[in-house]
Amino acid sequence: MTTPTIERPVDMAASHAEQVVAAVPPQVEPAPVQPAVETALRDILIINYSGELEKTWATMILASTGAAMGVKTRVFVTFWGLQTFVKDGKRITGQNWMQKMMSFMQRPGVSHRKLSKMNFMGMGPWMMFKLAKQYNVASPKELLEAAQAMGVEFIPCQMTMDMFGLTKDDMIEGMGEPAGAATVIGLLSEGSAPLFI
Amino acid sequence: MSTLEIARTVDAKGLSCPMPIVKTAQAAKEIPSGALLEVLATDAGSVKDFAAWSKSTGNEIVEQSADGGVYRFVLRKK
Repeated sequence: MTTPTIERPVDMAASHAEQVVAAVPPQVEPAPVQPAVETALRDILIINYSGELEKTWATMILASTGAAMGVKTRVFVTFWGLQTFVKDGKRITGQNWMQKMMSFMQRPGVSHRKLSKMNFMGMGPWMMFKLAKQYNVASPKELLEAAQAMGVEFIPCQMTMDMFGLTKDDMIEGMGEPAGAATVIGLLSEGSAPLFI
Repeated sequence: MSTLEIARTVDAKGLSCPMPIVKTAQAAKEIPSGALLEVLATDAGSVKDFAAWSKSTGNEIVEQSADGGVYRFVLRKK
């Protein structure tokens, strides 16, 4: 061997470096940088069960904000919540006298919700709307329209529609296809974040 | 002051939660990617809300200031 010994460590270092490079599979490219938020966002499922004014307000605020935040937002509308999504102009709904009496005693429509506390025959909601106007708070109706415009899906509960005698024609425009509990459980099991209002 | 080229301004002054965010999201849909959106709001909750909105939607807050109770945000559409 004529190679001077002094060069050996250099050679070894070079071949070691080659080995390290060879150990990395050549086809691996840098992973595309994705913002963490893209995987962190979950769908939201609001179950709107109550029909009172304050809870209707909460539903509409969260639904419109969900859509505004780029989160897929669905609202499953059931029981007293269904009354909110009947057209404002409808006065009596239902087929038989019991259903008709229920709608008579509790006027349907998003603009006719009552407060659960301090309703005082309508004085409470009247004051609430007056305050909302004074402080530039959007009404449930405005928020509902904004939510619909931004693609929030409102899914009525078929079973409750039947029980209350509500038809598709009674409901506001743009409602989703009626569905049932299995749809709710299906969405929750797929990871939708639930809110029961 | 700012020499940024604003594509659109959302005047949400006087509006309460959640309308500044709702109106901003609607306006953001109508401008191209990379364009700047200016928002003026008086809702004190805006500071936290716009930070959350930016984080969730990926639209970056480029500038932020407060002047006499008016909060100004400049957002770059993703």
